[in-house]
Amino acid sequence: MSGIKDGVSRRGLMKGGAAAAAIGTAPLVFSRRAWAEKFRNDPGNAKSIKLGFNVPQTGAYADEGADELRAYKLAVKHLNGEGDGGLLTTMKPKSLKGNGVLGKKVEYVTGDTQTKSDAARASAKRMIEKDGVIMFSGGSSSGVAIAVQSLAQEMGVIFMCGLTHSNDTTGKDKRRYGFRHFFNAYMSGKALAPVLKETMGGERKAYHLTADYTWGWTQEESIKNSTEALGWKTVKAVRTPLGAGDFSQYITPVLNSGADVLILNHYGKDMVNSLTQAVQFGLRDKQVNGKSFEIVVPLYSRLMAQGAGKNIKGILGTTNWNWSLKDEGSKAFVKSFGQEYGFPPSQAAHTCYVQTLLYANACEMAGTFYPPEVIKALEGFKFDGMGNGPTEYRAADHQCFKSVLVVKGNEKPTSKFDLLEVVKEVPRSEVEYDPKIFGGELGPYKV
Amino acid sequence: MAKFLRNDLVVLAIFAVVVLAMPIWLQPLGAGYPDLLQRFAIYGIFAIGFNILFGLTGYLSFGHAAFLGVGSYAAVWSFKLLSLNVIPAVMLSIVVAGLFAAVIGFICLRRSGIYFSILTLAFAQMSYNLAYSVLTPITNGETGLRVLRADPRVIDGMLGVDAKGVLVTDLFGISMSGYSGFYFCAAMLIIGFFFAMRIMRSPFGMMLKAIKSNQNRMSYTGFNTRPYALAAFVISGMYAGLAGALLAATDPLAGAERMQWTASGEVVLMTILGGAGTLVGPFLGAGIIKYFENIFSAFNQQALNQAFSFLPEWLQDIVVGVISPFVGEGWHLTLGVVFMLIVIFLPGGLMEGFRRLGRLFTSGGNGPDRRKAASPAAQPQAAE
Amino acid sequence: MDAIVLQILNGLDKGGAYALIALGLTLIFGTLGVVNFAHGALFMLGAFCAVSFKKLLTLAEVTKVPSDLGFPVTKEVFYLEKWFGQTGLTIIDFAVPLAILISIPVMILIGLAMERGLVRHFYKRPHAEQILVTFGLAIVLQEIIKAIFGANPIPTPAPQFVSGSANIGEWLGLGQFVVYPWWRLIYLLFSLSVLAAVFSFLRFTTWGMVVRAGMQDRETVGLLGINIQKRFTIVFALAAVVAGLAGVMYTPILPPDYHMGMEFLVLSFVVVVVGGMGSLPGAVAAGFLLGILQSFASMNEVKSIFPGIDQIIIYLVAVIILLVRPRGLLGRKGVMET
Repeated sequence: MSGIKDGVSRRGLMKGGAAAAAIGTAPLVFSRRAWAEKFRNDPGNAKSIKLGFNVPQTGAYADEGADELRAYKLAVKHLNGEGDGGLLTTMKPKSLKGNGVLGKKVEYVTGDTQTKSDAARASAKRMIEKDGVIMFSGGSSSGVAIAVQSLAQEMGVIFMCGLTHSNDTTGKDKRRYGFRHFFNAYMSGKALAPVLKETMGGERKAYHLTADYTWGWTQEESIKNSTEALGWKTVKAVRTPLGAGDFSQYITPVLNSGADVLILNHYGKDMVNSLTQAVQFGLRDKQVNGKSFEIVVPLYSRLMAQGAGKNIKGILGTTNWNWSLKDEGSKAFVKSFGQEYGFPPSQAAHTCYVQTLLYANACEMAGTFYPPEVIKALEGFKFDGMGNGPTEYRAADHQCFKSVLVVKGNEKPTSKFDLLEVVKEVPRSEVEYDPKIFGGELGPYKV
Repeated sequence: MAKFLRNDLVVLAIFAVVVLAMPIWLQPLGAGYPDLLQRFAIYGIFAIGFNILFGLTGYLSFGHAAFLGVGSYAAVWSFKLLSLNVIPAVMLSIVVAGLFAAVIGFICLRRSGIYFSILTLAFAQMSYNLAYSVLTPITNGETGLRVLRADPRVIDGMLGVDAKGVLVTDLFGISMSGYSGFYFCAAMLIIGFFFAMRIMRSPFGMMLKAIKSNQNRMSYTGFNTRPYALAAFVISGMYAGLAGALLAATDPLAGAERMQWTASGEVVLMTILGGAGTLVGPFLGAGIIKYFENIFSAFNQQALNQAFSFLPEWLQDIVVGVISPFVGEGWHLTLGVVFMLIVIFLPGGLMEGFRRLGRLFTSGGNGPDRRKAASPAAQPQAAE
Repeated sequence: MDAIVLQILNGLDKGGAYALIALGLTLIFGTLGVVNFAHGALFMLGAFCAVSFKKLLTLAEVTKVPSDLGFPVTKEVFYLEKWFGQTGLTIIDFAVPLAILISIPVMILIGLAMERGLVRHFYKRPHAEQILVTFGLAIVLQEIIKAIFGANPIPTPAPQFVSGSANIGEWLGLGQFVVYPWWRLIYLLFSLSVLAAVFSFLRFTTWGMVVRAGMQDRETVGLLGINIQKRFTIVFALAAVVAGLAGVMYTPILPPDYHMGMEFLVLSFVVVVVGGMGSLPGAVAAGFLLGILQSFASMNEVKSIFPGIDQIIIYLVAVIILLVRPRGLLGRKGVMET
């Protein structure tokens, strides 16, 4: 990747949306010539480009991975101008024309991350080295996202994160070549706290059960900070082994600890098991300190929540997006996904679909596939109509800022997909933070 | 002896040519790209090392991934603290993995047979669980240990080498990613192969095989077999450490899941698949499993339809319908089926299959060399 | 005090599951001499008997109803509810206990098929090969289940009236916070009675006597003109049923998914080894013992002294036992003692 000359002057030219729009309308031949610089997997004069979709196809998150893949396929369809256009009809501002990206047809390759960093990196390298992808995307675990994101930086290929919720992804492990549309643990805490105060009061004693790995720790920290700011006390935070299966030995001490809220910093199968068992142990039927005992699951995944069945009824948590939203973007997406597959999409599907479109749109804006220019087009990009209201890709840390949903397990579901009920849409301003608090640095544009 | 040596050199030369030419002949199979080639070489080393223990002595370790993981961590720490050059990292990893193997081997080898397997499994699981959680300050847990700009890198600092831009490991200035990384791994593989060959042919190797065929009889003759078994255990642990170091060298990140018992199971699968006790078998098995994992898993409906688009549409639908459960997300299923078939019908692995095929075509061909390479499974196991 | 009572209950409960799986494993090992790595898969298949049975009961008439989402959504009415009203719903509610009846014949068939089709051919082959082939089988079985049911856990709750928790604190005079879920108490009783049934079957019937004799000395029993082969086939089926029942009853505690077998496999092997290979009482004792140890290791008081002890306790115990007393807690002298 050496031998790329610094293009500061051109970069200067490119600054500003007006210039981008002007280039976008210029003949494609011109824009292709404008960046004669070499970069990895430059499509050159090829008629098509390849995107890589790297999702878990085996292991505990395989179903989530399958839903992400559905969304990616749909996004590719829409980008190529097939189907009903989905979010292309509602996105604004939009540079995409529905004729592929920069006039090139979009193709894709898939891979299996197995939810392991090693396998995910191997699979990503295959896409980059063998299949020649110009961008890759995928997720379902923060460990994998962070590992793959630093690979993206090393290889000089943009990575659009799928589902990853750890603060580190756009915090201390952020990378210039990685972008996250999904929200994070910090935002979960900020969004959840006021609702917790409203429904449970300002004097609660919380007991945390936390999956004993990095994501669990960051979430525990974020939730602790924001609930303690409400005046809550943290009685105890207990770490549980990943994939413990039976959580009974961690749940039984909760009732005697004097706590009146149990916070489950678990995800996936661990969440299903710990929640199911906590309910079985009758925690929610109890009165402690004169208040009824409550359970909180800060990060919800609807697909996984299905596994917990009725136990999620009335339990508060947060989510990035839910199909029951009624804005234009969400409706358009649910409609075209539902027509294609017969059921509504999950939040993982939504974020993956949006990420693909955002990348393609940034290429159109930049008028090139040259990664540094595409990155600059994405940085600070403000858009709307993609299902979360007005959204901004913050330039300082590549984190999207948008409203966060506080949800509750639906008491009266009308269908088997109708599991979560939106309690509150917390506006962006309440969950925003200074990028400096998590440290880290993005690294160079050129690699 | 001279004849033997010449024979060995021929084998080694052929092996070296085949390995070094992999980028060429694997291209039509869709596997000729650096990352997978590196993996073929690295897991080849891992499996060849495992074979020194399992293939020769019959001790079935279910915890070898722990040494691979320890090797990776040691290598990344070397990149962080000493230098981005791979030489210190490789040496450090081999030493650390060897020491770790010596301690665990010393304990585990007090038992044999399935008890030995369970002991190694237990140690590996403990290593994995701790690395994922409590030992996060050393291992960086789920996120994996990575090289950071702020790391001290004492040697690089003294020599005035300053990493610019992205941190890439190197061998005196040659970047260890891409094809140069592969050739480095391939060189290591060939060296490892050579050592394994020398060990198998040496009196020490004979001793190990004797442990396998009948340990009791060995001890009745007043022979203490444990030091030999321990030596084999440590050597194979060092191979695993080398493999771990190379994984980290070509891709400077070490994650705990490398140590999980399923990862240990994988190397067992590789060795058996190719042929335990044979020289080339483990490498072959490693290649096949990695090929499955990376290429088979990537076949999706779209790719299948393209591949069979020459067929009439109705036939294409049927063919794709039959194949699709076995590729893409179903690659585990294929692996399981293949593996069962191999163990049932070819307990000596693919190498036994080749031998049987060879026997079909040639009438004779049972020199001393052939018998030496005979499958371990065909011989009774002493351990139980 | 409260905490200790609860942790003992937790341990017994977990131990019940371990003991049931380990019992089958050790029975197969003791009689057939086969190390069955697919035993965890049998546990998983048992659980999926319950899932399939529930799926069967909740077969529904699917109608497409137009919705404001832009695509028709499916509306499902259970046939049982349609035909029998409230009675139908009650039957669905009791899916898990009823699944026991279904799972017994199913597991017998699976066990017979496995023994006849595969395991039989591995009696004389080395343990390593037995492990490998059954491991391969386990992968195949779980991938098939995944292809049918997906990878997500599937909720299979206990019947409504036992879904709450029992106030055992009041019974024991310990205060209102000592509660324990009804279903877990039922599971404990269930596992104890299955264990008792298996033991009395082996002890008090002639059939069982022959099997036990076969465990001691296969050759002599064979010389007596008894068709030991056939009995062993049935032993395998019996072990499959025990593992399957453990799986069925465990579903309300752990929503089943395709991978649950593998997770229990390693643990149950450790249990067998700690108890002593081929020792039935050993497997049961070790199952309960390890269950209780695991519960205590996860208490905060213990963890504050030994951080991370709950992650490794089971393996640590196994290592110590194997080094100090290789035949296991109750293993016979001379069996696998090298």
